[in-house]
Amino acid sequence: MLLNQFLLLSAVLFCIGVYGVLARKNGVLVLMSIELILNAVNINLVAFAALNTDALNTDVSGDVFALFTIAVAAAEVGIGLAIVLLIYRNRRSIDLSEIDLMKG
Amino acid sequence: MSFLVALAESDSVPTGSTVTDSANWFLEYAWLVPLLPALSFVGILFFGKRMRYKGAELGIAAVALSFLLAVCAGFAWLAHHDDGGYVAVQKSTQWLQSGSVEFGAGILVDGLSVMMLLVVTIVSLLVHVYSTDYVGDDKRYTHFFAFLSLFTAAMLFFVLSDNILQMLVGWELVGVCSFVLIGHWWEEKPNSDAALKAFLTNRVGDVGLIIGTIALFFAAGGGRTFDTVKINEAIVGGDVSQAALVVASVCLMAAVMSKSGQFILHTWLPDAMAGPTPVSALIHAATMVVAGVFMIARLYPVFFEGMQIGGSSINLMATIGAITLVFGGLLAFVQDDIKKVLAYSTVSQLGYMVMALGVGAWTAAVFHLFTHAFFKANLFLGSGSVAHAVHSFDMKKDMGGMRKFMPKTYVTFIIGSLALAGLFPLAGFWSKDEILVGTGGWGLFGDTGGNGAYTFHLLMGMFGAALTAAYMTRCVYLTFHGEYRGGHDHAHDEHGHEAHGDPHESGPRILVPLYILSGLAIVAGFANLPGGFQLVPDSWTERFGHYVEPVGSSYFPKIAHATPSWSLAVVASVVALGGAVVAAYYYFVKVDRLSKETEASLTGLPDGLSKSNRLAGAGHRVLVNKYYLDHFYERVIVAFTKGPLARAAYWVNQNVIDRTVDKAGETAVLAGRHVYDIVDQSVIDGFVDGSGRVSDATGEELRHINSGKVQNYAAILFAMAAVLAGAFLIIFAL
Amino acid sequence: MSLLAALAALSAALSPDGDLYVAQNVFFAVIAVTMIFSALRVVTTSNVVHAALWLVVVLAGAAAQFILLGSEFVAVTQVLVYIGAVVVLFLFGVMLTRASLGDDESVGEEKRGMAAVVGVLLFSVMAIALIDSFEADRLVIDEPRSVSTVSDAIFSQYIVAFEAVSVLLLAALIGAIVVARKD
Repeated sequence: MLLNQFLLLSAVLFCIGVYGVLARKNGVLVLMSIELILNAVNINLVAFAALNTDALNTDVSGDVFALFTIAVAAAEVGIGLAIVLLIYRNRRSIDLSEIDLMKG
Repeated sequence: MSFLVALAESDSVPTGSTVTDSANWFLEYAWLVPLLPALSFVGILFFGKRMRYKGAELGIAAVALSFLLAVCAGFAWLAHHDDGGYVAVQKSTQWLQSGSVEFGAGILVDGLSVMMLLVVTIVSLLVHVYSTDYVGDDKRYTHFFAFLSLFTAAMLFFVLSDNILQMLVGWELVGVCSFVLIGHWWEEKPNSDAALKAFLTNRVGDVGLIIGTIALFFAAGGGRTFDTVKINEAIVGGDVSQAALVVASVCLMAAVMSKSGQFILHTWLPDAMAGPTPVSALIHAATMVVAGVFMIARLYPVFFEGMQIGGSSINLMATIGAITLVFGGLLAFVQDDIKKVLAYSTVSQLGYMVMALGVGAWTAAVFHLFTHAFFKANLFLGSGSVAHAVHSFDMKKDMGGMRKFMPKTYVTFIIGSLALAGLFPLAGFWSKDEILVGTGGWGLFGDTGGNGAYTFHLLMGMFGAALTAAYMTRCVYLTFHGEYRGGHDHAHDEHGHEAHGDPHESGPRILVPLYILSGLAIVAGFANLPGGFQLVPDSWTERFGHYVEPVGSSYFPKIAHATPSWSLAVVASVVALGGAVVAAYYYFVKVDRLSKETEASLTGLPDGLSKSNRLAGAGHRVLVNKYYLDHFYERVIVAFTKGPLARAAYWVNQNVIDRTVDKAGETAVLAGRHVYDIVDQSVIDGFVDGSGRVSDATGEELRHINSGKVQNYAAILFAMAAVLAGAFLIIFAL
Repeated sequence: MSLLAALAALSAALSPDGDLYVAQNVFFAVIAVTMIFSALRVVTTSNVVHAALWLVVVLAGAAAQFILLGSEFVAVTQVLVYIGAVVVLFLFGVMLTRASLGDDESVGEEKRGMAAVVGVLLFSVMAIALIDSFEADRLVIDEPRSVSTVSDAIFSQYIVAFEAVSVLLLAALIGAIVVARKD
């Protein structure tokens, strides 16, 4: 196998995720797109772990950090959904294009 | 107990250096000194409210015990030398490990830290005792004592640190405690503002400290160590590049400037007077502000090598100190708040210390730190005693004539002032003289040696000495002499009490600390009598330098010592005395007479300032004209009756002597006012305002792309990231 | 042009007589195509519940890729945490915000173009950088990396990071409760 096939797959998923973050109006869908991005990163990390490994498989830094990413992603979803819920409760809508309180 | 075991079993430092890990019990266990107040902080915080004296007794007991331990450590240190001289004690243990980098925790006990332990614990102990009366009925009394303990613990922890990471921790702890204590009466907006200002100004320097710490970590001989001894050894051994040293020392200097109130970053210090007076005393005498000076002294090779400007004989540190000492002295002239006079005086004295460190007079600087701690604490606590009686800090409005009401405070305050002014034979004279000698600028009457001839710095130091004597004279006059101007209808003081009746002398819990401190202000100077004069046996001279300065240690640079000089001592005394006499004549004679005969209140009138204030000046001139009119008649009559000789003498008196003195006083006051107006208020404030305006204008332009839609921001973010990555790709890859 | 050369070498290796024409690569190709298709559906479908279900396919595909890469423990965790917990969380979020009931017609028309441009721009930059840097680096995976190696690494070398993550999870837990509770 080539390293690059995994990296390019990851790049494709990443960019699809970016597209989703930018194009979707629904807050929950934006969070899902962020999950796509994080998964793309994980594939990258594990791919490099597989490249970097030596004969005894002792260096597993990539795997370890993929696990950390999964943990952080779980935390992120929890907080993200709580925020979406709060916005929904306050505005009866989770349409991100209506939220422009930061307008300068 | 595991900590004790770990400490006992810690790796010994390499033999053959000037550091050992076995010594007298008191030196090895010096970490108990900061631990006790730290424990008392926890104890007071959790149980203080339930105690009989609301936690104060715990704080005082802990600090008193710390003081005893520090005294024992001091005696142990005196005996702790071998043939080669004094040997520093370092005990460290591993705190944590990350990869191959070890983070140690430990203590470094040498003359410098033992001296600091003594100074901090004794001042803190006296401040604790004093506070039981001063903030006696405060509603956050327990809280106050808890943080007083933590403040002391933080400073002790800082001075005992054997690595710069630990110093950083102590440094930040000191900053946090000062924030809490300055804002002790936070209900009033100016107080909480002052606390914030102190904290934020210190944050500016802290960034420098963090960067400097990191720079030293990587620079020190490739050793990747935070250990102060190893860093200093590497620099003394020449293993560190000059570029790295310059970066590290400049960053650390920013930290020193913010913490020790050096010019430009000094602005928080006077505002910090919003805190309770005991805190001001603690901040200005023993903790907080001397932390910066201590850090220079501790990491002396870093600063001494790093701040040297391009091989020339000018050291940046000395110049910063020289500017600070003169500017601080001038600013002290125009303050009406007695604590602010003392605050600017501290700025000025810290300038002396930094200047001395810059010119290579390490011992002189540390010695001045030592003596300054006592007389400045004395002055602050004295001013607090007065303020406690009149419920105000305003010298012009609410003080005056306090000599009659508070004779005991008066005496101690006078001793402190004389010591600060540097008059023989009080503490300030010896340390200030040593700094002036250390500049090596007295080459005019024979070379005094040292590390080059800093004539400019010597002159600045002389000028500063005259200023110090003069503003302290003004301060003493306005506070203790003349007529009592307080007692009128002012509403509430900081404690929320109504003012009542005539002021009266403070109680013993305030006076005893004052007695002790003024006693120390008298004798502290004898700790380091200059050698070579044959007045006292040589074994009595330069004791302080002998015990404290790590001469010959591998972690201390080789610096030349200046030779004490009779002539310089005399000239410096005359200069200081001159400043005092000019100011004394101006205030005690001229202003006193004026205020008596015009029966004017001193508020805004005869301070020589009225001339710069048109409105007050107009009113003033009417009064003065009346005064001159009466005297004109008298003078004419006298002149005609007493003849030309008397008239001539009188003319000389009025016009030559009087005017000279008059002008000198006015010039000093005006100079102070101008420095305050132009530099402090216009330049520095203007710079800050200007940068604010620039960012405001930029924001105004940029707000149009702020649609407020988060996805548009994200699109710009990703697109720009892509463009940037593309640019890198083109530059580096294709 | 090294880029063209790399692409030519890649296509040669992938042809039926090239050395990359192995079973693993066939699996990879099938899973990758499925993942990309599902991911596109996630970001284009108008039904939020469908989007969540398409996301499950992408996540499962990622787990399969992890197994291909010899990282069994990460694959298992992926299934447990993502498919087991995160997707369920999403479905709850959809339910609580009632967006599932109707179609989500609000896929912004005006934003699609902008988003597509940014996405394609990012992908082209990344693709050029990747092909240029790793041209034809091979992955040789003899045996999967065992759970014990991973756990040894976590609890020795990365213990500080591990503790930090556990504190982060606690903070997120408390934060989510504080943000979402009614008061």
